[in-house]
Amino acid sequence: MNVLLHQVLSGLATGGIYASVALALVMIYQATHLVNFAQGELAMFSTYISWSLIQAGMPYWAAFFITVAVAFALGVLIERVIVQPVENAPILSVVIVFIGLLVIMNSLAGWIFSYTIKPFPSPFPTAPLFGNSYVSSHELGSIGITLVVLLLVFAFFRFTPLGLAMRAAAQNPVSSRLVGVRVGWMLALGWGLAAAIGSIAGMMVAPTVFLEPNMMAGILLYAFAAALLGGIDSPGGAVLGGFIVGVLENVVGSFLGTELKLTVALVLIVGVLVIRPSGLFGKVHVTRV
Amino acid sequence: MASILEVRGLHAQYGPTRVLHGIDFSVEEGGITTILGANGAGKTTTLRAVCGMVKTQGEIVLAGNRIEGKATESIVRAGVAHVPDGRGTFVNLSVEENLRLGAYTRSDKAEVAADFERMFGYFPRLKERFRQQAGLLSGGEQQMLAVSRALMLRPRLLLLDEPSFGLAPLIVQELFEILRTINQQDRVSMLLVEQNASLALKLADTAYLLETGRVVISGTAESIRNDEAIRRSYLGY
Repeated sequence: MNVLLHQVLSGLATGGIYASVALALVMIYQATHLVNFAQGELAMFSTYISWSLIQAGMPYWAAFFITVAVAFALGVLIERVIVQPVENAPILSVVIVFIGLLVIMNSLAGWIFSYTIKPFPSPFPTAPLFGNSYVSSHELGSIGITLVVLLLVFAFFRFTPLGLAMRAAAQNPVSSRLVGVRVGWMLALGWGLAAAIGSIAGMMVAPTVFLEPNMMAGILLYAFAAALLGGIDSPGGAVLGGFIVGVLENVVGSFLGTELKLTVALVLIVGVLVIRPSGLFGKVHVTRV
Repeated sequence: MASILEVRGLHAQYGPTRVLHGIDFSVEEGGITTILGANGAGKTTTLRAVCGMVKTQGEIVLAGNRIEGKATESIVRAGVAHVPDGRGTFVNLSVEENLRLGAYTRSDKAEVAADFERMFGYFPRLKERFRQQAGLLSGGEQQMLAVSRALMLRPRLLLLDEPSFGLAPLIVQELFEILRTINQQDRVSMLLVEQNASLALKLADTAYLLETGRVVISGTAESIRNDEAIRRSYLGY
């Protein structure tokens, strides 16, 4: 029983990471109907920026917030410079651009920071909080930060005029222009936000998986599974999917063998696509033939 | 009288297909101009051209400033609201959010709140449905929402694309009464495209008749309404 509780709790911690990355994927998908394969590498690259700042002697939280801001700017820049010119290109061309972006970010990180595995600090104390034996401080803190980020994102989209304009631009670009929304900038802003969320996920996961250019590859796969499980066009579903995948992965890993961890993600992806392609909360798309 | 909108030699095309072949028209400040014509005459394209939604050649002058070639968002911010063909409802958002989007470019919060009340005065149905998803509204309610959303911009010029489309005759009467009120009380100039010619000619002061992308007849709405020959051969009533 204790083992199960322990595994569920640490599953929630990694689940929060998957939820954040899945949310970033869903945000881009809603606006462009494309899956950004480079989402994970963007997060990895941002984590390196944070690592460099900390190496240069900056306190953790200062580096944290600067990294989030830089990731946001990087996301906006990538949308404006690389994605926007292929806006009207066929889907496959855009997918190739995303994969190219993935490879470029990956190699760039390897070239600048080398492929050697680096430890990344956690901002939370090493001793477990309140003397409990189930969950480490980093896991608890990472769940907390994930929840705060998710709440902020939902509040932003729900209650601010800019959030409303971004939702409108994603749903109906033509009508959005007719009420004066600058649709192109809303897309860029969406990329910025997704990159910022991803950077936080990267910094939260790096202390556990260690920092290296391929750090996010597995996580992106779990995030895909989470987004698909929740419904690729449902932000709330993606978040819930993230937590479910995290817990499932951990429980299966500890009771059936760790080599099955990644299998969970793949089985989920294939299973969802075969049985219920729209996911738990996604819209079912009906097309007239 | 000064014109709020002055269009000269307007050409428009979708890809290689030319739709407008050099039309001229204007809307007086505080006036209502209507563009009539059969299906495919180029009425909707004319409105889209004014909003920068299609490729055009020719001059489009809004209150003394050339606007042709500008981005739709910039033209809207200059005070042109468009009730588009098909209503353009944000179907996944609530009625409230649709109206808020209409006022997206405004920063005068108190005035926006007052305008919400004003829209409820014109269209009480919208108040009843305030928190509902807009895609669930009936066609007539969505048309009211489209007009309200456009008015929330506090436009100087309102472009209306077949506001009577798909509405019951009684609701159409009501809608046109409201448009007249808005025109007279708020001095909103209007450019109205309609299939229902008799209705449009009663509301408008100036009328243009479009045939396959060319203006064939123009004049005051009254003179066209009273011209038996035009009415029979072009307007069919």
